[in-house]
Amino acid sequence: MSLQSPLGRVRGLGSAKDGTHHWWIQRVTAVALVPLTLWFAVAMIKMTGAAHGDAIAWVQSPFNAIMLLLLIVATFHHMQLGLQVVIEDYIHSEGAKLVLMLAQKLVSFALAVAAGFAVLKIAFGG
Amino acid sequence: MSTNERPLSPHLQIYRWQWTMALSILHRATGVGLAVGTLLLVGWLLAMSEGPDRYAAYQGFLDHWFGRLLLFGWTWALFYHLCNGIRHLIWDTGRGFELNTAAASGYIVAGASVVLTVIAWVAAYSNMGAM
Repeated sequence: MSLQSPLGRVRGLGSAKDGTHHWWIQRVTAVALVPLTLWFAVAMIKMTGAAHGDAIAWVQSPFNAIMLLLLIVATFHHMQLGLQVVIEDYIHSEGAKLVLMLAQKLVSFALAVAAGFAVLKIAFGG
Repeated sequence: MSTNERPLSPHLQIYRWQWTMALSILHRATGVGLAVGTLLLVGWLLAMSEGPDRYAAYQGFLDHWFGRLLLFGWTWALFYHLCNGIRHLIWDTGRGFELNTAAASGYIVAGASVVLTVIAWVAAYSNMGAM
């Protein structure tokens, strides 16, 4: 039995020690993704069937490159937070949970870096 | 005491299926689907950065019916998750929890996701000169 007061427990940020951090960052990335996704959808409609040179020129525009990088950061951050909750909810064996969690975090990060690298390579004249 | 023998709360199949519940599960399902779908974005950017040949090969994949199907599914999942995500953000302000309101916002989200998907594909095809 804990003699800690409810206030003390709240100050300790609960058993996970990060309070509402996960929830909050998921919302921050969600809010960022609303305009970024709409921009991306409109851009992809315009880019349908674009030749390689046109696509390169589009990514090389500073505004598009910056928006793509923001989209990549927000998307993959939001994605790994969401996949984390799905794994926590449905995978009950501790071993499988650990393996899947590590795999999804590392793959999400690797995909973000790969996508960001491609944008930078194109933007800086690759 | 084995933790496996503790009583569990009733699972999903106990409950009568409801509209809002189906949408909630769909939000999660589209989220996981979109996570897989990010491969399309990463593939597109990497192929573009590697030159015209790789880019053409990637476009060829998207021109194939299977690529088109993936792209179509991904478009709908993206719009659904976006619209329902906005519904979630409104809930986060403490609004819209009345049963009728929650059901109605669900209809709006489902309808909007279909309409946006159709608009996007019609616009993309007409942009290509195929319509």
